[in-house]
Amino acid sequence: MAYNWNWGVFLQPTATGDDSTYLDWMLHGLQMTVGLSLSAWLIALLLGAVVGVLRTVPNRWLSGLATAYVEVFRNIPLLVQLFLWYFVMPELLPEKLGNAFKQTNPIMQQFLSSMICLALFTSARVAEQVRSGINSLPPGQKNAGLALGFTLPQTYRHVMLPMAVRLIVPPLTSEFLNIFKNSAVCSTIGLLELAAQGRQLVDYTAQPYESFIAVTVAYLLLNVVVMSGMRWVETHVRVPGYIGGK
Amino acid sequence: MHEFDWSSIPNALPFLWDGMLISLEITLSAVVFGIVWGTLLALMRLSSITPLSWFAAGYVNLFRAVPLVMVLLWFFLIVPHLLESLFGLPRGTDMRLTSAIAGFALFEAAYYSEIIRAGIQSVSRGQMAAASALGMTYSQAMRLVVLPQAFRNMVPLLLTQGIILFQDTSLVYVSALADFFGAAYKVGDRDGRLVELLLFAGAVYFVLCFAASRIVRHYQNKLKTA
Repeated sequence: MAYNWNWGVFLQPTATGDDSTYLDWMLHGLQMTVGLSLSAWLIALLLGAVVGVLRTVPNRWLSGLATAYVEVFRNIPLLVQLFLWYFVMPELLPEKLGNAFKQTNPIMQQFLSSMICLALFTSARVAEQVRSGINSLPPGQKNAGLALGFTLPQTYRHVMLPMAVRLIVPPLTSEFLNIFKNSAVCSTIGLLELAAQGRQLVDYTAQPYESFIAVTVAYLLLNVVVMSGMRWVETHVRVPGYIGGK
Repeated sequence: MHEFDWSSIPNALPFLWDGMLISLEITLSAVVFGIVWGTLLALMRLSSITPLSWFAAGYVNLFRAVPLVMVLLWFFLIVPHLLESLFGLPRGTDMRLTSAIAGFALFEAAYYSEIIRAGIQSVSRGQMAAASALGMTYSQAMRLVVLPQAFRNMVPLLLTQGIILFQDTSLVYVSALADFFGAAYKVGDRDGRLVELLLFAGAVYFVLCFAASRIVRHYQNKLKTA
């Protein structure tokens, strides 16, 4: 098979005329992937914590609402959700707001839709972890809190949540890794993150193997970095006496 | 506010149904191949032959670290060219469906193998010891004693993974293959009714996946009480 390997291609100036190299394109894509994933992750954690707590409260309406939230975001494919946020949401908003959205910078539109989509999609999964964390606590903890005269919200805040949060760090690690991988789906609406830059590199450089190998390796590295970061967090928060504890 | 017009959906139903068949075809073939290859990977990972277990660990970790979109792009943009030049196929042979199935199967096998490995490890050690004591070889014991019990416990997890896979098949959109979602998008784009078609597609996926996950949960509860 005659294929001319040329790894030097990444250092060549791009064909668009500005003085960036193809390596710069990749780094921009990486930046976008990281920025998008981190901002969506923050929202997902906050929302997921609220929804997860609501699923465990002894109120049928609140817990039912939270269950419906989780089921909706878990049973529609991510790609469909993304298209709903990007193409459908601006049409369904009140006209003024929809038009305001459509008039912002297209990159901003793509980024906002992607961020909301990834955040809500992941929040449903975080909520499930929060719920199972709270449910895994011995019932005596809640009863003890209530017996000491705490109200239910106080029991959650001072007794159950501090414990549950530490227990769910390991399962949250895999959700955190997933959000980086899922962000690649956002290339379908034209957001120039890492996977999209990979495609663009193939078109511009005509070196498909180098481009795809480089992007794949970038994802692997991202994975390793996130995993070691989370491992550090895990060792610092684990609860003595539980599996994996000190 | 948007004015809804659902009239383009009834006429498009046969086309959408064809798309749904493609989605299901990809899902089913990927589930079958994924489970077979995933079982082999799990057995390799647990085997005492070091190169085999290293290979399986490397394979699983590689595929689990890379986004599915990236794997699909490899299979749509790179692998066909590779095969064309390796086997001298005519240029431009449409291999998108085959590529999609192969991509999904190889990708899902990594996830299946982790489920299956956990399933095998959850079978108590005494079972293997008892089988050996009865004079069975390692492969007989695996095949006749350990794997049947492991699979019985794993069925709900494997099915749940299948539902996730069904949702993920919508990503063949990156190859313009007309699966159910691709078909809905095409119709919506053609008729200028993208809003309605996307909402319709979302609703169909929701109903199917919600119903399927309810059935799996029902089965899981039955398994627990049995």
